[in-house]
Amino acid sequence: MQKYSIFNLVKNAFSNHENWDLAWKDPTPKEEYDVVIIGGGGHGLATAYYLAKEHNITKVAIIEKGWIGGGNVGRNTTIIRSNYMHDENGLFSEFGMDLWRKMSQDLNYNVMFSPRGIINLAHSDAQMNAYARRGNSMRLNGIDAVLLNREQVKEIIPMADFSENVRFPIFGGLMQPSAGTARHDAVAWGYARQADSMGVDIIQNCEVIGFDVSAGKINGIRTSRGNIKAKKVGLCVAGSTNILAEKLNMTLPIETHLLQACVSEPVKPVLDNVVTFGAGHFYVSQSDKGEMVMGGDLDGYNSYAQRGNLPTLQHVLTEGIAMMPFLSKLKMLRTWGGIMDMSMDGSPIIDKTHIEGLYLNCGWCYGGFKATPASGWTFAHTIAQDRVHELNAGYSLNRFSTGHLIDEKGLGTKTWIS
Amino acid sequence: MLYINCPHCGMRSQNEFSYGGDASVKRPELNKEVSDQEWDNFVYNRKSLRGKHLELWQHISGCRQWIKVERDTATHEIFRTFKADEEFA
Repeated sequence: MQKYSIFNLVKNAFSNHENWDLAWKDPTPKEEYDVVIIGGGGHGLATAYYLAKEHNITKVAIIEKGWIGGGNVGRNTTIIRSNYMHDENGLFSEFGMDLWRKMSQDLNYNVMFSPRGIINLAHSDAQMNAYARRGNSMRLNGIDAVLLNREQVKEIIPMADFSENVRFPIFGGLMQPSAGTARHDAVAWGYARQADSMGVDIIQNCEVIGFDVSAGKINGIRTSRGNIKAKKVGLCVAGSTNILAEKLNMTLPIETHLLQACVSEPVKPVLDNVVTFGAGHFYVSQSDKGEMVMGGDLDGYNSYAQRGNLPTLQHVLTEGIAMMPFLSKLKMLRTWGGIMDMSMDGSPIIDKTHIEGLYLNCGWCYGGFKATPASGWTFAHTIAQDRVHELNAGYSLNRFSTGHLIDEKGLGTKTWIS
Repeated sequence: MLYINCPHCGMRSQNEFSYGGDASVKRPELNKEVSDQEWDNFVYNRKSLRGKHLELWQHISGCRQWIKVERDTATHEIFRTFKADEEFA
């Protein structure tokens, strides 16, 4: 594989950049693999990469219905954070933060990781107390957290509405300075390029239409491009989890919902951080191009539409304008939607299943993008060793039966409620 | 924008409604031994497929009644609506 470097850039400039290697190949499916990963999104590509890198398993195929990186890894708001209260989420995400910091060097691909800090705004004394508690829990897990008062928040984001007579005045906020954003497509492409270079077959335009299961063991998959035998199969399909689960006669604690995001026209730099509204669900950051990147609630009813409805967008942006009134002056450039695998406690599932050789990675709700490296790393471990790693031990499938839920937001089973 | 035909009030916009989830889920019967698996299926496990989906909505800014709606989860086409206690075929 050609290394991306300043020297190669200069060298290729002399041939008008026409002689660069393809970033990954377009192989035809082989008859058999050691591991087949279904889903060529961020998590699937990362899983294949870590299978090859950490576990030396390279007879691996990624099966993707469309094109790699075309689902949620290409449709998110690129936020990376580990500001969780519960140990399972905090330790898992903080492990991921380490991988994010090293990712550009590790993948020889600039993922533009920008640790610009995230601020969760508080709008009442009670919320300040709750944030103090969460911040303390984070620090106990080695995650950086700073509780800011109103004046400190005002210094960082003076453009927010600090007037006195508003419905949700800003009391302060909880900041994780090491949180940030990254170039989402580069993450998918970087993982794909490295996985491909280590021998992983990335098979696109290949839809899974069935599974070959006998005597409680997986033997392979049936696809639109023929049958593929596999010793192990990993499901990494986010919003399509329910559809594939049905083909396996499994019913999962997952519902499929639609989440929208949008960007404004580009403007000059105004916002250095990621900021979230504390009296509803709205978050905003500014991209390197200058667009304000915004998102919030789910559409709120089961959906596979991959295209949002306007009432939700209006609701979300009303919160945004309440928080930062200048947003109302901006024109909307683009909106888009992706389908989320909403789990019943808001936390993901990375686990083995009752079928031998079948592994499950789903339930990412609002937080799939930032989990990409940690999810891939732990899922690769779970597949390679046939046992969960301590980092994803809490993300078990049977926690719903045993009552060991990880309900970070306290929403119960209705995680789609807004 | 969805338009939902409330069986009590007629056609209204989705802004008047709040969503209540899968309506095909049945609570295990009372006065009967209920297995853990049955509770799991009632509380947590959902089919949530692409296509026709029977679901509960509440006409929260209207008559405040719970209703059942048959909707396509990919196209959002609404086929039928029922009162909450109406059986459906």
